[in-house]
Amino acid sequence: MSYPSSFGAPAVPPLAAAGDPDLSVFGGDPLWLILLKAVAVFAFLLLMTLFAIVFERKVVARMQQRVGPNRHGPKGWLQSLADGVKLMLKEDIIPVLADRPVFILAPVVSAIPAFLAFSVIPFGPEVSIFGHHTALQLADLPVAVLFVLSASSLGVYGLILSGWASGSTYPLLGSLRSAAQIISYEVAMGLSFVAVFLNSGTLSTSGIVAGQRHWWNVVLVPSFIIYCIAMVGETNRTPFDLPEAEGELVGGFHTEYSSIKFAFFFLAEYINTVTVSAVATTLFLGGWQPPPIPYFSHFDTGWFPVIWFVLKLLAFLFLFIWLRGTLPRLRYDQFMAFGWKVLIPVGLVWLLAVATFKVYRENVTDRTPWLIGFGIAVGILLIITLVDPGARKHAERLEAAERERTRNAPSLDRIPWPPPQPSSKSPSPPYGPGPNRPSSVIVAGGPRQES
Amino acid sequence: MTTHAAETSSASSASSTSNTFARPPADDVPADVPAGVPAAAYEAGFTESASGRVYTVTGGDWEQVLGAGEDYTERLTVNMGPQHPSTHGVLRLVLEIEGETVVQTRVVIGYLHTGIEKSCEFRTWTQAVTFLTRADYLSPLYNETAYCLAVEKLLGVTEEIPERATVIRVLVMELQRIASHLVWLATGAMEIGATTGMIFGFREREKILDLLEAITGLRMNHAYIRPGGLAQDLPDGVERDIRAFLDDMPKRIREYHALLSGQPIWKGRMVDVNYIDAASCIALGVTGPVLRAAGLAWDLRKTMPYCGYETYDFDVPTSLDADSYARYLVRLEEMGESLKIIEQCLARLRPGPVMIADKKIAWPAQLSIGTDGMGNSLDHIRKIMGTSMEALIHHFKLVTEGFRVPAGQVYTAVESPRGELGYHVVSDGGTRPHRVHVRDPSFVNLQAVPAMTEGGQIADVIVGVASVDPVLGGVDR
Repeated sequence: MSYPSSFGAPAVPPLAAAGDPDLSVFGGDPLWLILLKAVAVFAFLLLMTLFAIVFERKVVARMQQRVGPNRHGPKGWLQSLADGVKLMLKEDIIPVLADRPVFILAPVVSAIPAFLAFSVIPFGPEVSIFGHHTALQLADLPVAVLFVLSASSLGVYGLILSGWASGSTYPLLGSLRSAAQIISYEVAMGLSFVAVFLNSGTLSTSGIVAGQRHWWNVVLVPSFIIYCIAMVGETNRTPFDLPEAEGELVGGFHTEYSSIKFAFFFLAEYINTVTVSAVATTLFLGGWQPPPIPYFSHFDTGWFPVIWFVLKLLAFLFLFIWLRGTLPRLRYDQFMAFGWKVLIPVGLVWLLAVATFKVYRENVTDRTPWLIGFGIAVGILLIITLVDPGARKHAERLEAAERERTRNAPSLDRIPWPPPQPSSKSPSPPYGPGPNRPSSVIVAGGPRQES
Repeated sequence: MTTHAAETSSASSASSTSNTFARPPADDVPADVPAGVPAAAYEAGFTESASGRVYTVTGGDWEQVLGAGEDYTERLTVNMGPQHPSTHGVLRLVLEIEGETVVQTRVVIGYLHTGIEKSCEFRTWTQAVTFLTRADYLSPLYNETAYCLAVEKLLGVTEEIPERATVIRVLVMELQRIASHLVWLATGAMEIGATTGMIFGFREREKILDLLEAITGLRMNHAYIRPGGLAQDLPDGVERDIRAFLDDMPKRIREYHALLSGQPIWKGRMVDVNYIDAASCIALGVTGPVLRAAGLAWDLRKTMPYCGYETYDFDVPTSLDADSYARYLVRLEEMGESLKIIEQCLARLRPGPVMIADKKIAWPAQLSIGTDGMGNSLDHIRKIMGTSMEALIHHFKLVTEGFRVPAGQVYTAVESPRGELGYHVVSDGGTRPHRVHVRDPSFVNLQAVPAMTEGGQIADVIVGVASVDPVLGGVDR
């Protein structure tokens, strides 16, 4: 795979060249249009949540040869609506030991940032709404992606506060896990973004999408993979669902929650899932840009791009569900080790490579010595990997250990009895009728008659 | 928090003035309750009510219970269970954790005590089967077989049990071994978040339960194996269904391997986790797959055969790794071995009686499906009632009073899916057991849980308990 022509300065005319992105299209909307867009984004997220829950249950059911929800509404598609209504009608329990204000605040703190992050996600290009020329995006900032990051980190406060305020062990453990988890995976996530920023030359979401006109950022494969992993960690979904690990922590941070408060956490989790999928779509899959296939690429104006955006979003949601249907949960230490020892180093090295490449493309004119040097370095690495000087010794050691183990293996001829215990007591007397059991006369039939 | 403590203490003092809250007797209270702990905030106590004394057992700070001495400030006590998604029913684990590391594991049982052993002493020898089948409810047929083997040994009729009955016993037991291992696979997978593994396990188990339902009439708690033989013969056509199952199951086992065995996360959660070697297993009395995964091929079907197991051709899978992953592999292998035994059973089925010929022991039932479910065949009852007064008396005596068993005691053991399931049965010569004691493998194997899990992580405790595969019905009986 070759690098895109847009890689570096020349191909993306206004955005990468200018220091600040061109955000002139934003900020000029009348109030009613802003409200309309805000309500539309809100409604979109709520509908996506309702949809995503049923979608997930149905897809997982298909993967597991089950039917899935099929009772409420046409083919069961209103199941989550029914569940939501049921949750709101349930009794709301606040534990005695809970810190009431924080306990009530936590689900709200968890849900609001989830909505916030979506405000900078571009759904499509500029369109005309009732005569107004406006972008299909609520707002944009020169640092929009940082805004997304900060919103998602705010969301973790909800989890931590809920765990602390519940006054109970499992939620506390769950919230500690989630704090550590989000801090660790936010770093990897941020690193994966930097490569995109370097490539696009901007932090504004609309600018990043516009920069992907010819080549999607998914060509930054390591970044994309790191982001995909980090986004699962960020949203506490299988296989990284440790904060709510059902098998260990019952429900994790939301163990003590019920009724509408629990529904808020549920809502926040699914909106977060949708949000990180939307971010992935925007940053790596070209946002609302049509797929670069000759026929489709014409549908890149007006309202068509919304379809592409939603389709890409659904693809990511499907990925989430697929993971859930396939993978078990990691253990806490393995999960942290993976984040710190694999994702972050790989992200750093990859970032270095991207930056080096970018500098190289822009500044180096005589490329031959550089290419030769690079080739030699790769060659040496390859040779070391292929020859692997320590391999034979290592294999021998392993073999010796295995032989030793087999030699000492227990067998029926050599049962490893434990050493005899010195016993002061005499062996217990043979079984006999106890003091409460005089050898009674056996009466045929009926209950036993004592005395 | 301070306002809260004040509230509760005032509440309790108010209740003590109204004399509804009584302090427990002095020896019930931990002696060294430090001063400053809110008085009687969550203390155990009792209240007198119209229906008698009601005890309240509550939690509290662990320091109160353990007292000063060690520094417990970094330690958190987690009461895992008895209501917990991963404790296989009502097992309670009291974990002391530092961070995510488990420092101490204490296993608390007794939440499912149903008095099965004691109840047996008040019913006839035959009726006891109905209780015992409910002990280890995932392998009821093993309970029944082990008990019936004991009763038959006491009666001295072991040699007179019809060949067909013994073969069918082996057949249904091996079917159930697969079903039990499948539940283990399903619950174990569920507990570490592999939902698809869960569905896969229960999906095939359902097929086995269908087969067992066709054979015994019930999906679980069959009460199918009786002293002297079986409750009824195999129904028509079930052999064909079993063969279809035998054809299908190897594919399914390959599916489990494909889904789980090589999966990095699955292996990461299980390999080298919850290690316990053979010597420790023996010291603790641990048997079954846990012992075999530690390298010792101890399987009662081979080492102390019963029900003619010595004539069947099968292997005892073992592993040297002694970890959770080894137990997983051993159990999957055992399913395959059970399939081999079932196939041999089908080949050996010859027409014949399934109940002992001795009419003094054989339960005089001819079961059939009636309008209200399965029960005594009306034709059979009509024949008894209509033809012979002696037959009627005999029937009445045998059903209500039961048969007498010579005084003595025996111990018989079978290899249940969880290990050595032993029955120590004592007769005083009457029509009811004097004592039935169950040596349940889950009960004994649970001892290994602290040894396996201490020093590991909380998540490993779940894997450890799952790898022991305890069934609390059997543990508490």
